[in-house]
Amino acid sequence: MENHVTATQNAEPKPGRSGASSAADTTSTAGAAALPRTGSSGRLGNRIFAGLSTGSGVLILVILAAVAAFLLYRAWPALTAGADTFAEVDFMSGRGLWAWVAPLVFGTVLSSVLALVVAVPLSIGIALFISHYAPRRLAQLLGYVIDLLAAIPSVIFGLWGIQWLMPLVSPVFTWLSTRLGFIPLFAGYQAPARNIMTAGLVLAVMILPIITATIREVFLQTPRLHEEASLALGATRWEMIRQAVLPFGRSGIISAAMLGLGRALGETMAVLMVLSPGYAINLFLLQPGQHQSIAANIASHLPEAGSTGVDALIASGLILFAVTFGVNLIARWVINRRAEFSGAN
Amino acid sequence: MSKRIDISDLNVYYGDFLAVEGVHMSIEPRSVTALIGPSGCGKSTFLRTLNRMHEVIPGARVTGKAVMDGQDLYAPDIDPVEVRRQVGMVFQRPNPFPTMSIADNVLAGVKLNNRRISKAAADELVERSLTGANLWNEVKDRLEKPGSSLSGGQQQRLCIARAIAVQPQVLLMDEPCSALDPISTLAIEELVHELKNDYTIVIVTHNMQQAARVSDRTGFFNIEGTGKPGRLIEMDDTTTMFSSPAQQATEDYISGRFG
Ligand SMILES: Nc1ncnc2c1ncn2[C@@H]1O[C@H](COP(=O)(O)OP(=O)(O)OP(=O)(O)O)[C@@H](O)[C@H]1O
Ligand SMILES: [Mg+2]
Repeated sequence: MENHVTATQNAEPKPGRSGASSAADTTSTAGAAALPRTGSSGRLGNRIFAGLSTGSGVLILVILAAVAAFLLYRAWPALTAGADTFAEVDFMSGRGLWAWVAPLVFGTVLSSVLALVVAVPLSIGIALFISHYAPRRLAQLLGYVIDLLAAIPSVIFGLWGIQWLMPLVSPVFTWLSTRLGFIPLFAGYQAPARNIMTAGLVLAVMILPIITATIREVFLQTPRLHEEASLALGATRWEMIRQAVLPFGRSGIISAAMLGLGRALGETMAVLMVLSPGYAINLFLLQPGQHQSIAANIASHLPEAGSTGVDALIASGLILFAVTFGVNLIARWVINRRAEFSGAN
Repeated sequence: MSKRIDISDLNVYYGDFLAVEGVHMSIEPRSVTALIGPSGCGKSTFLRTLNRMHEVIPGARVTGKAVMDGQDLYAPDIDPVEVRRQVGMVFQRPNPFPTMSIADNVLAGVKLNNRRISKAAADELVERSLTGANLWNEVKDRLEKPGSSLSGGQQQRLCIARAIAVQPQVLLMDEPCSALDPISTLAIEELVHELKNDYTIVIVTHNMQQAARVSDRTGFFNIEGTGKPGRLIEMDDTTTMFSSPAQQATEDYISGRFG
């Protein structure tokens, strides 16, 4: 497929674009003054650029397809195998593939959703502060700090979660569990806070920079025209933000959230370090040993897995891939549904 | 529902730069006041001080007085938000909210400050404002479509509908027709003519014929050179301004000899 596409790319200009462009090439090398030199080199540059950008576009597709193909190929034996195939795999404790993967999918999505619920409102707030409230100096400084935060490796976030965040949230969780424990969400907290809520919080801090940076860019692009329209109607600054900035940035906010979600879904290290794993499907956010994410699960079991085990782990990887893909499709759909009102026209 | 504005000794600064200097002007209620003058002489700058929209620009400030029916617009206890509700504004480029439907655009100002209005009252207000802006017949079948789906001229009339929906005392228009074709321009001029029965209107325009057609009084701003402040050179009844202006500069500008 790759060969086919590049071949057409190369072959196309000669028969397709008639004689003009190729004539320009030959005349300029021959030194004839019929066409100005800048024209032909510009055209050549144009063609190189067009080729490069098309090439990279195609390359992305090819890589994506190759990854999908690899996952599918390697996961196939596990996906089609009967339940008894996995009896020998320790970490699956006698479950079939789907019964084993379902709680992992649940844990992955739950931790990521928790992260988003915390990170998105916070990011919108920070981005608004930077774009519309803070004095310019402070806004710049904050922008740098946020960008720096994005550069911190996830192991550090894992360490930070264990050393700093856990002791900090532990009393809060204790309070929640004793006072509001009748709500299943908060029931049965046990220290240390190696639960899905803490994992979600660490993930939230990790995805905060990318979401904030993206949303800030979108907010900064709100047309001045619309902000002034709102202010001239007698809007306060907050009303102007609700009337002009937030609706304009809506699809940008969704895209940013999806970027963050993508990262949270696939995050391995921090979850692995913070969460005490379990294979249940429930919403006891404060209990340890209930949930696990796919990525962390792969990382923790891959070293000791036999060949069947590796197949199962790769199958779970494929499913993670599918989940991420599905999430993105849904996001696209949400954005396009109101494209008419997006302000892009 | 229309008030007079008296401006005295008004200076407008952008940071240290004095953009407009020493304006004295009376704006009569229920009349159209046109502001003309060459580019960069501070017409927009001056206009924005009348509803304190200049405060939106970092570094912009005024000295002097603008008094609307006895109330100093720049008094420290006056909220700019309150001023803008009474002094509406239509901009050079049509700027309906693209994220809102036509009907919601009209209601945008009314819904501010958490004011609630009933569905029936809202429908009635949408129809009344759009009718007032001569747009109702063209859009009554597609009120739920986005505001940006209209033509430029229709969008500008939508913006006028949005501005008059909050029933301001004064309506400021900064070159409202400069992005429009002659037919839409005519539609807006007719509209201005009708609106002056209810509102005080101040309109900035580069089009002499337009100033002559729509306005009762005309003010001419000029600037001596780049970096110099703009000044109000002369202000009089429009017929006088266009037939026998007192200042040579006014006559030169109006007859197209410069600017
Ligand atoms: N936001 C701003 N910051 C600094 N200076 C400004 C700003 N806006 C306008 N000025 C300056 O103030 C002066 C008056 O500008 P203004 O826009 O009021 O002119 P105008 O008469 O409306 O011109 P035009 O007819 O081209 O619209 C100009 O010298 C301009 O450069
Ligand atoms: Mg102007």
